[in-house]
Amino acid sequence: MLPAITADKLTKRFGDFTAVNQITFEVKKGEIFGFLGANGAGKTTAIRMLNGLSRPTAGKAQVAGFDVYRQTEKIKRRIGYMSQKFSLYEDLTVRENIQFYGGIYGLPLAEIRRQMKQLVAGLGMEPYARNLVKSLPLGWRQKLAFSISIMHNPEIVFLDEPTGGVDPITRRQFWEMIYKAANEGMTVFVTTHYMDEAEYCNRVSIMADGRIAALDTPHALKEQFHATSMNDVFLNLTRPGRQAS
Amino acid sequence: MSNQFAIDIQGVSKRYGKDVQALDEVSLQVRPGELFGLIGPDGAGKTTLIRILATLLLADEGQATVDGWDVRKDYKQIRRNVGYMPGRFSLYQDLSVEENLTFFATIFGTTIRENYDLIRDIYGQLEPFRTRKAGKLSGGMKQKLALSCALIHKPSVLFLDEPTTGVDAVSRHEFWEMLQRLRQKGITILVSTPYMDEASLCERVALIQKGRILSIDTPANIVGSFDKPLLAIRTDDMYRLINDLRQFESTHSAYPFGDYVHLALDGPIWAEAVHAYLVGKEHTGIEIKPAEVTIEDSFMELMSKE
Repeated sequence: MLPAITADKLTKRFGDFTAVNQITFEVKKGEIFGFLGANGAGKTTAIRMLNGLSRPTAGKAQVAGFDVYRQTEKIKRRIGYMSQKFSLYEDLTVRENIQFYGGIYGLPLAEIRRQMKQLVAGLGMEPYARNLVKSLPLGWRQKLAFSISIMHNPEIVFLDEPTGGVDPITRRQFWEMIYKAANEGMTVFVTTHYMDEAEYCNRVSIMADGRIAALDTPHALKEQFHATSMNDVFLNLTRPGRQAS
Repeated sequence: MSNQFAIDIQGVSKRYGKDVQALDEVSLQVRPGELFGLIGPDGAGKTTLIRILATLLLADEGQATVDGWDVRKDYKQIRRNVGYMPGRFSLYQDLSVEENLTFFATIFGTTIRENYDLIRDIYGQLEPFRTRKAGKLSGGMKQKLALSCALIHKPSVLFLDEPTTGVDAVSRHEFWEMLQRLRQKGITILVSTPYMDEASLCERVALIQKGRILSIDTPANIVGSFDKPLLAIRTDDMYRLINDLRQFESTHSAYPFGDYVHLALDGPIWAEAVHAYLVGKEHTGIEIKPAEVTIEDSFMELMSKE
């Protein structure tokens, strides 16, 4: 089976500054892949290249089987994207957001109607379907945003800090939605700098200074660094003045 | 005005419009010199409470004092004596690091030199960049500058509203180390955070959700009050595991916790019984061990009881 993402010495330079320095990795189909790193480590730049939004300086990468230099439009059709900061239009209702994104993704009207029912029912949001998104509690908004980001059934969904500030029960409901999507074969690429979320991933990569400093299952990383939590692994790898063992 | 507490909140309520009850009869006391955490998700009421204490917002009902001063009558004294670091970065982006700090020192009638000792630790790391505009700093450095500015007049009480939100794990760690050192200088600190793992770094915490306090205690006591047997379980198929565990007859709750599921049980059930159940459900790679209760386990249990 073809990997969902392959990156081979993928590099991005801005003038003298190398933001992403020859990163090489693979993400398997149906995998929940955590993409971690300190602020400024190069995560955002790497993701923008994988999403077809930023042209790499050097190296190779394929996303959903398409080339990040030449086939960016094909990539954009096969991925979903959700960020904590902006995903839904707050001044539109739940239904209007679903309609709007369905249209953007080019789904047929019948399919949008079907999704509308299924998605709203799945979230238990029937009584609020005609309410403005801004009137919903944050946790619901985030769950709705995730459902909408995968309504066109993308091969890969990119989640940029999806659960910041959400209460612990809703946060778990959110992760169960992620598990469900992955279980059905979707590849999930998550960035977060909150380490408790890292432990939900099948595998985790940690970037430091533009490079991938470690990549493995959370379990194996904890063993490798003799750490009890991913937080300790992360500090070990990225704190100035400390050397990785 | 005499009061043994650095912060004393009695039955404070606040409503926005008709529908939003931001705070619902909140009472809590913080002792002088305490590092006290206000732990809860977005929308719990943390910012509203801190803004009432910082005299930026009036409560609808209830009383509160800070350092013995009443938040309504004595707001001028409070403003002179407390430090406040809002959740959103609120320094002057177009002023340099040093200009921002000088500005705040001057407003409070002091100088950087006079209270340098208090901020040496924190500001010292910024000095190489003191001519850089605040807007050009990294997230971690902005946070250090904001803290320096909140401290420069040597406040007796410090309010920190979600200082670590959106900050990476390294800066978060450093920030908490700074707070531990400030505490040793006798400053009372009230810090809010949505991240449950930070609770263990406080002396006492209030867990807050939808404007109501769920519990106030030391982190150890909150964790200790979890009264159900708790197991940590993993198998090769996590998604199916969660769903299967929810069907198990003795399950009280089953929530994913990192690469394990935490299973709270309604009675003293042998791990072997759970194991046999999972084998019956054709799970492979089964691992079952006693779980260490975390603040999040307690928070979720208290939330579901509400």
